[in-house]
This record gives sequence, C-alpha cells and structure tokens, in this order.
Amino acid sequence: MTMDLRDLYQDIILDHGQHPRNFHALAHPSHSANGHNPLCGDRVTIYLDLDGDKIKDVSFVGRGYAISQASASLMTEIVKGKTLAEADALFKSFHAKVTGGEEISLPSELEDDAERLEPLTGVKTYPARVKCATLAWHAFEAAVKSGALGATVKTE
Amino acid sequence: MSFDPQALRRDFPIFANNPGLVYLDSAASAQKPAAVIDGVSNFYRTDYANIHRGVYRLSAKSTELYENARERVRKFLNAKHFGEIVFVRGATEGINLVAYSWGGAFLKPGDEVLLTELEHHANIVPWQILRDRIGFKIVAAPIDATGGLDLAKLEALISPRTKLVAVTQLANATGAMVPVETIARLAHAKGAKILVDGCQAAPRLAVDVQALDCDFYVFSGHKIYGPTGIGVLYAKKAILDAMPPFQGGGDMILNVTFEKTEFQEPPVRFEAGTPDISGAIGLAMALDYVDAIGRDAILAHEEALTGYGVDIVSRLPGVRLVGAGQHRLGILSLEVEGIHPHDVATLLDGHKVAVRAGHHCAQPLLDKLGLGATTRASFGVYNDERDIDAFAAAVKAAQRTFKTVTR
Repeated sequence: MTMDLRDLYQDIILDHGQHPRNFHALAHPSHSANGHNPLCGDRVTIYLDLDGDKIKDVSFVGRGYAISQASASLMTEIVKGKTLAEADALFKSFHAKVTGGEEISLPSELEDDAERLEPLTGVKTYPARVKCATLAWHAFEAAVKSGALGATVKTE
Repeated sequence: MSFDPQALRRDFPIFANNPGLVYLDSAASAQKPAAVIDGVSNFYRTDYANIHRGVYRLSAKSTELYENARERVRKFLNAKHFGEIVFVRGATEGINLVAYSWGGAFLKPGDEVLLTELEHHANIVPWQILRDRIGFKIVAAPIDATGGLDLAKLEALISPRTKLVAVTQLANATGAMVPVETIARLAHAKGAKILVDGCQAAPRLAVDVQALDCDFYVFSGHKIYGPTGIGVLYAKKAILDAMPPFQGGGDMILNVTFEKTEFQEPPVRFEAGTPDISGAIGLAMALDYVDAIGRDAILAHEEALTGYGVDIVSRLPGVRLVGAGQHRLGILSLEVEGIHPHDVATLLDGHKVAVRAGHHCAQPLLDKLGLGATTRASFGVYNDERDIDAFAAAVKAAQRTFKTVTR
C-alpha cells in the first residue's frame, strides 16, 4: 500500500468512521443543515444548539464512506464548547490543508484541535475525496449562516 | 489463434506506461490499442481534411475514409444497408436522437414507453424529458429476486399502448444479460418497436442487428477500444427515412433558403455539422482490432473470466455479489460488508487496482436492490485470472485495514 493511503486510513479515522461520536439528532436544535455530495451520494445532517456565539451542543447523522463520517464525527467532538469564530478558524485552516491552499496560522489554544484533524489531510492526494472530508464542515457553516433549520448545501 | 491476454496487453500502451496497473474498469471505458492511437494520429498526419463537398483530393480521401468507417460499422453489426448507420457522439446521444426525432414525431399522449429496471440513466432520462413534453407514460419492467430481468412480467407489460420497448442488452451496473432477441419478438407481436442499448454487449459478444430484428441499436466507441466522442446509432432504413432531423446545420441539407430547407436523406440528415471524422475512423480501426481477435474468442474469454471471478469472489468472506440473475457477463458488482464502496475503491487504488464505486448511473436499479452504491469490476480483452486474483487480494487487504474480516 502506498504511504498516502496508510496515512489516510489510520486507526483514528477507522475508529471514528465505524463508531462515530455524537451520532444522533438533537431534540431541540437551534440550527441544522443537510450536506450532500451528489458525486458519491454521501450525506450528513448537522444539528447545532447555539447559545449566542457559543456552540453548546453539536451532533450529526449521515451515511457515506469512512472519510466523510469520520470527518463529521471528529468535527463534532472538536467544535463542541467552542465559539463560532474558533470553529470558523479551524475550518479555514483544515480547508487550506486539504485543498493545498496557503497555510493559515491558528491561535495557540486551537493548535491541538487542528492536530487532531491532521489524519484527514491525507485526502489531499485524492481530489475526489476532498469534498467528502469537508462535507460536514460545509454543512456546519450552512447551518450557522442560514440562521435556521433545514438548510441544504451541496458539494461537487 | 489462441487467446492470450498477456500478449494482447502489449497492444495497449497504457500498461507499459503504468506498470502494475490492474485495470478492471472497462465497462466505464476500455483502454485503447496502439493500432487505434497510431491510426488516428496517422490520419491527422497524412490524410486529414474536412469531409464531403471538398473538391480537392485530400478532402475526397478523408471523405472516403469516413464513409469506409460507416461501412465497417455496417459489417460489424451486420446491418442490411450502409445508410442505416448514423455516427453520433456515443450511445447517450444515439438514444437522445431517437427520443427527440422518432419519439417527438410518433409518440402521443396515452402511449407507453417500456423500459426495464436494469437501465442506465442514458436510457431513462431522455424518455422522461420527452414524456414531460408530450405526456406519454413510462413503464419499467421489474427484475426478479435474483436480479435478472423478469421476462414474464415484461411480456405482460407490453400492451397495445406500448409504442417502444427500450432495453439494455447487458446491464452496466450488475452484468445481467437480457434476452433482447426474445424481447424484440414480443414487442413486434404487439406492434411496438424496440431499441437496444448495446454499450456493454457490443464489446463482448457478436451483434447481428438483422438476427436480433431490433429497430434501433446504439453503442459507444470508447467502450469497444475506440476513441471517445464517437458512437453509433443503427436504425432500420424505413424508420430512419420517416424520422425528422435531430439537429440542423451544415451537411444535413439539400437546399437552404430563408423560407425553407430541404433535408438530406439518412444517414447524413442526422449528422449536422462537421462530425467526429477521426473518431469514426478510429472506431473502424477498433472494430478491425476486435474482429482480428475474433468476437467468439472474446465472448469465450469474457465468459471464462466472469466464471472465474464469480468463483473467487463468492469464496471471499464478507463479500456479496450483487444479483445479475442467471446470466452474467464481463461485470461483477459487489458489496463488501462493513466497508463503503468508496473506501473499497480508494483502498484498491493503493494496490493499483482500478475499479468503479458508486451507483454506476443506474440509481433506480441500485434503489431496487436496496443499495446506495456497489464496487464494480469489469473485464476487457487484456484482463486475465491474475487481475482477478490481485483484485481479491486487495479486497482482503481492505478488510484487514477496516478489521471487518481478520483472516
């Protein structure tokens, strides 16, 4: 197997892909959005409970391959308890890493969280997979921006 | 000549340029032999000019090669008349041409077009677009529990309202064979016409449109070792003669004024604009290549590989072959328990095994089978048992990575 693949399918991704965390709908979300990648059929729905600027709770349901599900699972763990600004900074830095964009420096208190996303950055050598790895983040962003329930975002 | 995939593989430069490549995606597109690649290149180097109407020698030569390619296709399909062969961009355009031209002229509200659940989107969507314009009904003949077409149910669905039965000869998503000769007889008995999508069948078995007695037959050049961008629509002469043009433009006219245009006879009536000249010539070379190997030999090879593949895959724990009924050819569609097909395909790519994962442009079929996606391996003349062994080994490795099967 090539090095890139071994990097990509690390235990952490397999673990989150097969046993996703926060995998349920929230009973009373303040925000939600559906993410759909029509190219491969992957779907996630993100549920948010915001208290002002603070992410009190976040969860997801979805189906798809290990990368998209692991990414959603890791995202919910990481952004729970953060502010929207912090979540946005993490998304921007993660997005830059997987798309080969210019590296974005993060405040030191977010570095550990960014580190946890590192295994997913292996998708950058698989352009078809990048959209799947960022699907949950796009849905998260759409939920926040729509300011309501049931927004839909497509990545192709 | 004895069939030797290893020797044939040397005809395909892609393998020399990608050492270790295990190419199992010929159902999506076949690789090209040097005869086609060089043939197209040489045509551009030595004989190229636009066809028809050119009075100079080079144009006459180019025209001759293009029309010879049409004759080559006629022979390949055993069509009765040269003029029954229309060059199109691919099977998709061929079906769209039939829908737009024949369907637009002859289908009426209250009519029915009978499809099957095995169809590729290319044999579904053009009919839906036309239905929304005209208001006829689309009916889909179901598959049976094994995944094959339920012929008795199809027969029962052909009624006096049925004007067309449009059916694949070999399902691209699962490899299920369809008895189109029988269906042609059933359709004609009720006064319906039949269109056969031969995309997967034409590269794998001998096709005789007169013996099939089909009214329309379409296939794509790139799936039969030819170039992309070229395909064939065959239609019986009497039907083609009655069909209005598909696209308007140069070459398809006899006389144009601002008041009125007289159209050419088929097939030129349906080939507006400068066609894919080199594509048609390249396709003819691909058909030469296929016939030099021999279509009976290719069929025997595909059957043997399919049998071997079914045997190997059936013995893999945690792997399920997706139904293709009793008769499967050239295509294996499978589910790997606990691993999404996109993960399977990505991991297989790490072993240089190229397969397809997804719905294979046959979403209604996958929905019926209760699946979102499958992993599909498909064969060509250059594949042999070793490719299937490599595929099976890579699937096992994926299972080890995912710890779904530990052996």
